Amino acid sequence: MADTLDRVKRIIVDRLGVDASEVTLEASIKDDLGADSLDVMDMILELEDEFSMEISDEEAEKINTVQDIVTYIESRA
Amino acid sequence: MLSGKVAMVTGGSRGIGRAVSLSLAEAGADVAVIYAGNRDAAEETADKIRRVSRQADIIQADVSDAGQVDSAVKKILESFGRIDILVNNAGITRDNLMLRMKEEDWDRVVDTNLKGVFLCIKAVTRPMLKKRSGRIINISSVVGISGNPGQANYVAAKAGVIGLTKSAAKELASRGITVNAVAPGFIETDMTAQLGEEVREEMMSQIPLARLGKPEDVAGAVRFLASDAAGYITGQTLHVDGGMVTS
Repeated sequence: MADTLDRVKRIIVDRLGVDASEVTLEASIKDDLGADSLDVMDMILELEDEFSMEISDEEAEKINTVQDIVTYIESRA
Repeated sequence: MLSGKVAMVTGGSRGIGRAVSLSLAEAGADVAVIYAGNRDAAEETADKIRRVSRQADIIQADVSDAGQVDSAVKKILESFGRIDILVNNAGITRDNLMLRMKEEDWDRVVDTNLKGVFLCIKAVTRPMLKKRSGRIINISSVVGISGNPGQANYVAAKAGVIGLTKSAAKELASRGITVNAVAPGFIETDMTAQLGEEVREEMMSQIPLARLGKPEDVAGAVRFLASDAAGYITGQTLHVDGGMVTS
């Protein structure tokens, strides 16, 4: 969990240009971290590479918070 | 100029597509030639590319079929490892007066000439987004701006390509991907060779530069838009028409 969260955090910080301290589990990717739809797309592509998985458009649309991403990845591991 | 780059050219077996493929290869790019049916012609294009010491592959795909487009892009990524340049050139005509135009003729032309462009852009966007760079060049036509009797389907599709180019340009600009269109006028290809002498003379009278274009004229514009020199240009339509349409 901690490892997944760290890796997810790193990608979010890198792709969205936000401060690591802002990336809490409850943070909403769009509302709190200011991502637009293309940013989200970008982040998803990066997550796919990092975790060697494919995230379908339907699954991607369900993602709202940082926790959602971690939960999704852990469920697929 | 384009060394180390990989280009995907649809409709690359003949005419403008062949000239574009060769021109990009001469500038240093490796080229994946997408063709619909004429394998021999595609092979010939590939041979010419290899003769200038660039890598070439031919892949058969109907651009109006999402599954075939996706698998073509996958094949290119497997054999070349990347796609830097997409040239959407594949196009067909089914000319007729609107009253005589069959629904199927409309659908076929719009599916290939417009939807095909959308599908190819969609398929290459993923690898380009990841690399934060890419060049997409769509071949439209000046008739998409001026209109042309007997070509309602073709003209609508080509005008659509210009709108699609503008939207894609705005959507992808922040990721370093430029999207432009080239609008050829009357170019000497198999497509225009069928026209009668009278039509040709009529056409000629509308061209200030007083000659038909060559596929190489179009290829030069595409090569420019694919190059670093065009890095600050996106969402534009470059006319290659001898001055025929100036608005």
